[in-house]
Amino acid sequence: MDKQPHGQVDGSNYEYIIEMLNITKTFPGIVANDNISIQLKKGEILALLGENGAGKSTLMSVLFGLYRPDSGEIRVRGKPVHISNPNVANELGIGMVHQHFKLVHNFTITENIILGLEPTIGPFIKIKEAAQRIKELSEQYGLNVDPWAKIEDVSVGMQQRVEILKMLYRNAEILIFDEPTAVLTPQEINDLMDIMRNLIKEGKSIILITHKLKEIKAIADRCTVIRRGKVIGTVNVAETNEAQMAEMMVGRAVSFSVNKKPQEAGDVVLEIENLHALSSRKIPALRGFCLTVRKGEIVGLAGVDGNGQTELVEVLTGLRRAESGTIKFKGKDITHDTIRTRIEEGMAHIPEDRQKRGLVLDYTIEENFILEIYYKEPYSKHGFLNKKEIKANAQKIIENFDVRSSLGSISLARTLSGGNQQKAIVGREISHDPELLIAVQPTRGLDVGSIEYIHKRLVEQRDRGKAVLLVSLELDEIMDLSDRIAVISHGELVGIKKPEETNENEIGLMMAGVAHGGAA
Amino acid sequence: MKWTKSLFTALAAVVLGLIGGALLMLVTGSNPIEGYAYLFRGGLMNMERFGNTLGSATTLILTGLSVAFAFKTGLFNIGASGQMLAGGLMATALALTLKLPKELMLPIIIVGAMLAGALWAAIPGLLKAIFNVHEVVATIMMNWIAYWMVYYTVPAYFKGPMLETESARIPDYASLRVSWLTKLFQGSYINLGIFIAIIAVIIIAIILDKTTLGYELKAVGFNRYAAEYAGINVPKNVALAMGISGGLAGLAGAAFYVGYAYNMQIGVLPAAGFDGIAVALLGANSPWGVAAAAFFFGILHSGKGYMSAMTHIPPDIGDTIIAIIIYFAATSILFENLYEKIMKKIKANKETSTEAAA
Repeated sequence: MDKQPHGQVDGSNYEYIIEMLNITKTFPGIVANDNISIQLKKGEILALLGENGAGKSTLMSVLFGLYRPDSGEIRVRGKPVHISNPNVANELGIGMVHQHFKLVHNFTITENIILGLEPTIGPFIKIKEAAQRIKELSEQYGLNVDPWAKIEDVSVGMQQRVEILKMLYRNAEILIFDEPTAVLTPQEINDLMDIMRNLIKEGKSIILITHKLKEIKAIADRCTVIRRGKVIGTVNVAETNEAQMAEMMVGRAVSFSVNKKPQEAGDVVLEIENLHALSSRKIPALRGFCLTVRKGEIVGLAGVDGNGQTELVEVLTGLRRAESGTIKFKGKDITHDTIRTRIEEGMAHIPEDRQKRGLVLDYTIEENFILEIYYKEPYSKHGFLNKKEIKANAQKIIENFDVRSSLGSISLARTLSGGNQQKAIVGREISHDPELLIAVQPTRGLDVGSIEYIHKRLVEQRDRGKAVLLVSLELDEIMDLSDRIAVISHGELVGIKKPEETNENEIGLMMAGVAHGGAA
Repeated sequence: MKWTKSLFTALAAVVLGLIGGALLMLVTGSNPIEGYAYLFRGGLMNMERFGNTLGSATTLILTGLSVAFAFKTGLFNIGASGQMLAGGLMATALALTLKLPKELMLPIIIVGAMLAGALWAAIPGLLKAIFNVHEVVATIMMNWIAYWMVYYTVPAYFKGPMLETESARIPDYASLRVSWLTKLFQGSYINLGIFIAIIAVIIIAIILDKTTLGYELKAVGFNRYAAEYAGINVPKNVALAMGISGGLAGLAGAAFYVGYAYNMQIGVLPAAGFDGIAVALLGANSPWGVAAAAFFFGILHSGKGYMSAMTHIPPDIGDTIIAIIIYFAATSILFENLYEKIMKKIKANKETSTEAAA
């Protein structure tokens, strides 16, 4: 049966450090967890794999005391427990790193970590001692954290390590990671894997919520697959492969490669010349950037995060002012046009931050689908909305793009899972039939099924003779989809390569600013 | 679903407010049943008192609507008092300057007051839109500018024959009071303002729910970044939302100073402007909810005098009840959870009973 990778049953009489047995949790209109059981051994990494909306996060929220299950039992170290709130979970040694970090940005790392259990003498906080302990913990687990740095000054990867330290500071034995790599760069992901290995070495147990098969294969011992609220099965990672896990997760065979026929690119759609722009902190972010995108091609923009991609997209879509240079769209200078003019001319934008830019979370899905076109017929006439047409529009997009929600078109956007929110945005933008689709990190944080789907849609745009500018931090995605790869570094175009004539290594060097990949 | 939830929350707040008031009456040695009997009789027992209740509610509907509209569009208009003063001053000035037949006079006064209120709110609106000045600070400052403007303008240009501290009496041809209405309600304060208020409720409900204007305004209110992304002109909508909100408060000024009252007194920041916040809160920012909440507060306002006259309960109990209700309305999340629990139980019961039947 199961191998026992690190499973030392330390004297006391239990096999599993955590058992969730027959957990059922329903929300209005949806059964999020349907009789789910999972078991975590001491000293192992158990992956929880499932598509967005499969019920992974709900299950972990139950374990962490954020939700109460309708039925089922939780056992910790063999004893049945009632976890009524997160404090109880903390006392039991359960800690959670949430997908969206919960940190105070203008506090130091130490202040963030001790928040809620500040060590004090009288009215004073023993901040130095706390910092010392954090430093020790940081060294013990190889976290490399400066206790005195402020959160707003450190990278996303570092912020995540602060979240990990928060748990360690509270003596957590069982660590839950909720989609921990969604926000990290490839380098940071490797660092995180090392940290997780260190944690196991020091006797911790980990539940890893993810939908990234590569990571599971790299680090997890066992993997429990959940689909639509039910457990499909638990496998030993060493005895399976990515394709098999993907099939269990999605319920059908999944193709990893993108089907793309060769195709000649047509006329120039977008022409960027010598573009200069400032970042939000008034530092030059684009320095003479040039690029052309043609009909019927996908141009992938590769680069390390923070090299001007965000600013470029904002200047292109009109959200940010260009300092100098020109943007021509279908031969017309649009550098100073309004956002609405650009949209009306046929530009569509899948934004980087779907919750901040892409959706009005307190609007229903059908209201979100008309965000850019509400003032046009047939969605409104003489200033009055036509609810029937709005609903019909929503039904069409929901069907075409498989957007799942509990109440259909009248669900609030807030209630959709991340993947379905993204599908809703992609659906909305493609439904405008744009000449140019600017897709920024279109599959960020999504599961294989959704990624495959969105990739197919982007290629479809290209096949229909439309232009696509794909901006992504995932090199795999850029390599798979692009007809040409443009590399940006420090706000300048380093070079353009065809994917069949280059490799990840060369692109990686170009991303570091080495023109033409050094030797190549 | 959402609608019934708001209603449940509001009713729970009201009931708890009344219970709180009852406890206070008990503590002060009075009989709460008797107290409430007089309170509600004072607000409702005959046409005159009912008319007074509607008269008080008129101002509250309009200021409540003003605050609620701003809330719906993501703004906190704490300056309804100042906008009311601006509208009231404009109405008073027009009423005491122009001499036209009543049919012409009233539309001019109403539109003038609305525009004055709109202008008074549009200034903080523009400051917010262009310079990102927080509207709470700006509208509070505008309150005091309006206060002092009235303080100097009224004695200088619109002084009555007797007192320095109030304007001349509003002539009949410029008053929102009309004889048929006064007669119908046996000489109460009720005036045409109640119709303005009801029309405003209907128009605002339509704007918010059915028009592209409301769609834009709410989109900007809920998420200005997404609105900007979609090509909606955010600064324009912020300024416009404040303008409309202020226009409603300006109408409240007209209804109050040339309808409910006979003249404009100086040195008073009208409480109705702030009560509007409570009305909006209890009415869950929905236009019809605002109308209902304003009517309820109107009963308390006009009934509390009668209650204190007939018993030993001080009239301040009425205000205390309002305060307690606001407290509970502000902590409405507690009731929402309670509501969900109750609904769940009902559903579970239903399921078990159908199972038992089957």
